[in-house]
Amino acid sequence: MNEIMDRRHGHPVDSQQDDEPEKGIVADMLLRGSKVVPLWLLVSFLVWGWDGALSAAYGVALIFANFVAAALLLTWAARISPAALMFAALFGFLVRLGALTVAVLAVSKISFFAPVPLGVTIIVSHLGLLVWETRYVSLSLAYPGLGPSNMTPKKSKEIK
Amino acid sequence: MIDLLAAADEALDGLKAVGAGLGYGLAAIGPGVGIGLVVGNAITAMARQPESAGMVRTTMFLGIAFTEALALIGFVVFILLNFA
Repeated sequence: MNEIMDRRHGHPVDSQQDDEPEKGIVADMLLRGSKVVPLWLLVSFLVWGWDGALSAAYGVALIFANFVAAALLLTWAARISPAALMFAALFGFLVRLGALTVAVLAVSKISFFAPVPLGVTIIVSHLGLLVWETRYVSLSLAYPGLGPSNMTPKKSKEIK
Repeated sequence: MIDLLAAADEALDGLKAVGAGLGYGLAAIGPGVGIGLVVGNAITAMARQPESAGMVRTTMFLGIAFTEALALIGFVVFILLNFA
């Protein structure tokens, strides 16, 4: 029911995604991330062994959870007011950093904990997913018709 | 002599932990200011042009996430100093 037809282009547009862009971005990132994660875990296993792979998996889970928490918090606050958005962005940043610290300290005594793969995974997955997503978002903002979600139906029409 | 060396070693570990914590805290200040700027300007943009709120929020979210990466780098340095 959330989909409406865009009369200019003649293909469905998700109105929910327009109202809550953060959720759309994070869903995209998780989808792309889930495709690359097995490869990254394999590389971690080959370089650092089982401990490294488990720590890398934990790092990826932390980053995914961080993105989801940020999106949910900002979406919720944006529905209330701009002041709530400011509050949620700043205090959400502090709370999420604190939660990340607690989450890492909590597993630091467990045998599989390996700080180097965990740290590398946190930075690489956060920046990698962001850069990957930014490529698509920049394209969508500059040329809405070329957005990834708009490409498939149009392409099939052009082939005819 | 051995006791003295052990005490110095312990003190060094403590100083390392304090340094890591201070570094993490300092590394979080810059991104905090950055996120404030990003969100403040995004709210201004949304107030001026409510019709472009979707685009502004998209850009704002990515800006926040990129700024947060700086704090995460500080966090990783904290992990490495404390546990590596």
